[in-house]
Amino acid sequence: MTAALEVAVARRIGEFDLDVAFTVESGIAVLFGPSGAGKSLTLSLIAGLIRPDTGTVLINGRTVTDCARRIHVSTQDRRIGMVFQDGVLLPHRSVLDNVALAVRQGGGRRERRAIARSWLERVGAEGLADRRPGSLSGGQRQRAALARGLAGEPALVLLDEPLSALDSAVRAELRQLIREVIVSSGVPAVLVTHDAEEAEEIGDEIIVYDDGRVVGRRSVERPTPPRTRGNAPPESGVSP
Amino acid sequence: MTALVPHSWLNTLGIPPWVWDPLSVSLRAAFEATIVVAVVGIALGYVLAKGRFPGRGAIETFFSLPMALPPTVVGYYLLTRLGGPGPIRNAEVSLFGHPLTFTFTGIVIAQIVESFPYCVRFSRAAIAGVDPRFEQAARAMGLPQWRIALLVTLPLARRGIVAGVAMAFGRALGDFGATMIVSGSVPMATTISIALYNAVAYGPHHQAMVLALVQLGVAFAILFGVSRLGKVRPW
Repeated sequence: MTAALEVAVARRIGEFDLDVAFTVESGIAVLFGPSGAGKSLTLSLIAGLIRPDTGTVLINGRTVTDCARRIHVSTQDRRIGMVFQDGVLLPHRSVLDNVALAVRQGGGRRERRAIARSWLERVGAEGLADRRPGSLSGGQRQRAALARGLAGEPALVLLDEPLSALDSAVRAELRQLIREVIVSSGVPAVLVTHDAEEAEEIGDEIIVYDDGRVVGRRSVERPTPPRTRGNAPPESGVSP
Repeated sequence: MTALVPHSWLNTLGIPPWVWDPLSVSLRAAFEATIVVAVVGIALGYVLAKGRFPGRGAIETFFSLPMALPPTVVGYYLLTRLGGPGPIRNAEVSLFGHPLTFTFTGIVIAQIVESFPYCVRFSRAAIAGVDPRFEQAARAMGLPQWRIALLVTLPLARRGIVAGVAMAFGRALGDFGATMIVSGSVPMATTISIALYNAVAYGPHHQAMVLALVQLGVAFAILFGVSRLGKVRPW
């Protein structure tokens, strides 16, 4: 079985030295550890936003980074979805436009907007479609960002501390939503957090980071295993 | 150059031709120069903000030179390049039938050179100031680089870019030194700054006072517009 993600990268930035290797078979993997441990840097390396000094990254068996062979697939061509800490929705576009821009599937503008609308419904943000991001609460922004991250039928979703800027009540609500939506979509995901409770509630597997190294790894026990798509091709039915 | 508005209309409005003719030359030349400056200047500002290539600093410094040089020096170089013997003058003659010095087009060229650095520097700073996470998010959304530039970077930098274009327009409109040397004081290709100089030098002096007031009003309107751009909520 091809793993959803295989990472073995090293990158030095100033005094900080990141050197990690792990594999995600399917489901939601959580990179957990203190601030400055290199979790978000790892996400940027997986996304291709930063190049490693050495190493490889494979998504669904496809090599997207291989320093030895000078392979560096652009972020655009990695088929990833990203959810940032504070959403990073384009402020000059409506919520619907933000999500529709991420829809990679063919078809015209109307079709892309219909897909975007269905994703907004799925995350409970259908009423926000015509609003500008500047008028949204933190929780609403993250719902829209989650819809945007999944709308493009990604092969992998990367979530960089998506809940850390929210208050505790909204966080609890969104933890459940993030897990439900990602699991039901079947897209493997990597989530970064320094919140132990969040890691337990959302993740299927927790990869523990400290000072640029993977220092532990364990599975999260759940009553029913998640239905994930695993290594199925990205075209195979992520649409809502 | 034909007047933008018939003189009979201006008489009705009480605007004398000695105000309107140079003002219309100035406005038209500045407008045409600004169109060129905006298209090329924003593109160069984008390349300078985003590009990582050797010589970037030298390019920016070269195009910024008119900001530091006296306009008469810029005018001198333009006069000798455009009007002096050589391949540039030959190209002008083959394209236009005559050299571009002492013509309306010469004024536009002088104003382009003088105002270009303002547009480039404002645009470069505004584009470089866009939060890179928006562009990263757009890359993760699969948007190609040209769509990211058009849909993300330029709209987010628009206030600085518009301010740069407005400043360039103001600079073009107010240019005297370079325009004077390149175009002299040819009838129907005389800008308001040159008309003001002529009125001071040769009279009548009341015309100088009125032309100066008109310049003042136009400059105030431009700067006020630019300051309003800074206060408007972005989205």
